[in-house]
Amino acid sequence: MRIPFAPLLGAAVLTVLTLAAPQARAEGTLAQVKARGHLVCGVSGGVAGFSMPDGQGRWRGLDVDFCRALAAAIFDDPERVRFIPQSSAARFTALQSGEIDVLARNTTWTLSRDTAAMNFPVITFYDGQGFLVRKALGITSVKQLDRATVCLQQGTTTELNLADWFRTRGLSYRVVTFANSEQALGAYESGRCDAYSTDKSSLYGERLKTARPDDHVILDEAISKEPFAPGVRQGDDQWRDLVAWTHYAMIDAEEAGITQANVVALRKEGLSPDVRRILGLEGRYGEGLGLTVDWADRIVRHVGNYGDAFARNLGEGTPLKIPRGLNALWTQGGLQYGPPIR
Amino acid sequence: MRFVRDHIIPPAPPPRRAGGPLAWMRNNLFAGPGNVVTTLLILGALAWIGPALARFLVLDAVWTGTSGDACRPEVIGRPVGACWAFIGEKINYLAYGSYPAAERWRPNLFFGLLALGAAWMLWLGAPRRDLGAWFVFAILPVASWLLLSGAPALGLASVATALWGGILVTLVVSAVGIVASLPLGILLALGRRSDLPVLRFACIGFIEFWRGVPLITVLFMANVMLPLFLPGDVTVDRLLRPLIGIALFASAYMAEVVRGGLQAIPAGQGQAALALGMTRAQAMRCVVLPQALKVVVPGIVNTLIGLFKDTTLVAIVGIADFVRVLEAARADPRWSAPAIPATAYAFAALFYLAVCFSMARYAGFIARRLAAGDRR
Repeated sequence: MRIPFAPLLGAAVLTVLTLAAPQARAEGTLAQVKARGHLVCGVSGGVAGFSMPDGQGRWRGLDVDFCRALAAAIFDDPERVRFIPQSSAARFTALQSGEIDVLARNTTWTLSRDTAAMNFPVITFYDGQGFLVRKALGITSVKQLDRATVCLQQGTTTELNLADWFRTRGLSYRVVTFANSEQALGAYESGRCDAYSTDKSSLYGERLKTARPDDHVILDEAISKEPFAPGVRQGDDQWRDLVAWTHYAMIDAEEAGITQANVVALRKEGLSPDVRRILGLEGRYGEGLGLTVDWADRIVRHVGNYGDAFARNLGEGTPLKIPRGLNALWTQGGLQYGPPIR
Repeated sequence: MRFVRDHIIPPAPPPRRAGGPLAWMRNNLFAGPGNVVTTLLILGALAWIGPALARFLVLDAVWTGTSGDACRPEVIGRPVGACWAFIGEKINYLAYGSYPAAERWRPNLFFGLLALGAAWMLWLGAPRRDLGAWFVFAILPVASWLLLSGAPALGLASVATALWGGILVTLVVSAVGIVASLPLGILLALGRRSDLPVLRFACIGFIEFWRGVPLITVLFMANVMLPLFLPGDVTVDRLLRPLIGIALFASAYMAEVVRGGLQAIPAGQGQAALALGMTRAQAMRCVVLPQALKVVVPGIVNTLIGLFKDTTLVAIVGIADFVRVLEAARADPRWSAPAIPATAYAFAALFYLAVCFSMARYAGFIARRLAAGDRR
């Protein structure tokens, strides 16, 4: 008897694909996370202030605190989250394959990434490409860098941004690129370049690595938009809402003056209507997200509001001393604006 | 015939019976012009590198401090070499990664078991080395896995492999590679020389496939591609995937090394054993394999040292091995100083040097000891 191998094989492959594909997405991410008992969060694992393990191996940073806030909202326990460092090459497949639930890895939200790989529910940090220059030069604006030599790291969008910015303004510049940021910074320090350029949030950390940090300044201006946003899988609206509103809750709490320090006291006093709504004393808003009514209260109690997290990881009290800048609340001239919880 | 002398060689004076350090130096360091030049070149290189190295590693090094400022020359007012204070503060993270602090006795016990197993196997005069082999190749892998990843049934809280890191992960990956690749490699080498065509071709196919793909491709397939192919509810642990990849990869190389040894043993050895009435298995186990493995000790150790260093590649697929945690540790803004990167790499170099050098020294000792029979 002749066995028809080819059709059999084809049928087997199709069966595997049809069985495999929908099952992975059959359940919402929130249900999977609840069933598993912990959140899995993809982080960068080595960016000062965003995600970095301390001397005891405990993760710290703004991205880390965002994931802890998510865990706090879901489980009332900020420790029920597992951090998996992702390389920039593997981060998108890790999210798509379901290995991680959310990608909080200072990833810039762009159109191509949004349409191709994932969804970006909310911007958690507004960054932009900036410049590190010697204080002695007395430069205050990027425009004064005409005919300057700029040190860069290879293979990033910094080179393209630089070309766009200088060309549209008719300024000339020279670029020296290096394989990694260490070499680029070293070349800048040794005087080979007039400026060193990368994302502003990294420049604050890079400046500290120089021999005399006080001899260098970071220009206020940014020449590109780098909105850092957490990433989620496409096609899961509930999870997308939850990730977005976790950030909004931290923003709204800051705006309403609810901090990690006073949240317990405020809950007892229960004053203004918006505070009462955020803390879940009025209305049942958290249930729409698949959570409990006190979801935002949990976030602030365990992790703090956005300002708390910023101050703890990036702000004046840390070695980085990154100013709030664009990340201040909209009421204070920044861009952080949370839709009302009501 | 021009090769035949036509006169008697005049008697030479007896060799000088020289002793002491001067004579030793004359014989070993300055015996001829080439010898003199080489010695001087090496001494020159040592004089050039040695003091700088000593200054960096010891004399100018900073041993105590609580932040990167302690390792800045302009803050402490003297030249700064390595910033060992940084390593001191981060050592727990470098050793265990994010392994929960309360459970760190488990990795420590694992290190102890590993040392016990290694000593049992490596110390030739150890008692009951047959039990030692069982311990290393059967009990140790199971016990280590239960110990490190946890067994709720035994009262050990489970610790996700995502939390493992540092020296712990480097040792786990290397130990798995070594413990799995030796027996697997020997089996594959025997299979490749088998008379059964199906077995032989299966082994050849396996070996050639794993030797033909780069390790980094294997790791990428294991950690980046494989999860996309598997159904969503099937998850293989993300540390286990590269472990399996590395074990298979290493065993293919080990198989070729062992095959080299098997081919070096004359066919007469096996035939003589058969003529004495041994079965084929006995002949292989008692006559051919011991001689073959003796020949390839340097090759095996070479492969193991290469494997130990290759394990750092797992960092690329997001496993927090020793080098990866060093990289993460030095991103700390509190500890950013110009001396930190060099310190981190110097520490990594010393760690790898210490491990690889001891492996090489041990192999040298074994080779000398096994060769004792040939010198008789």
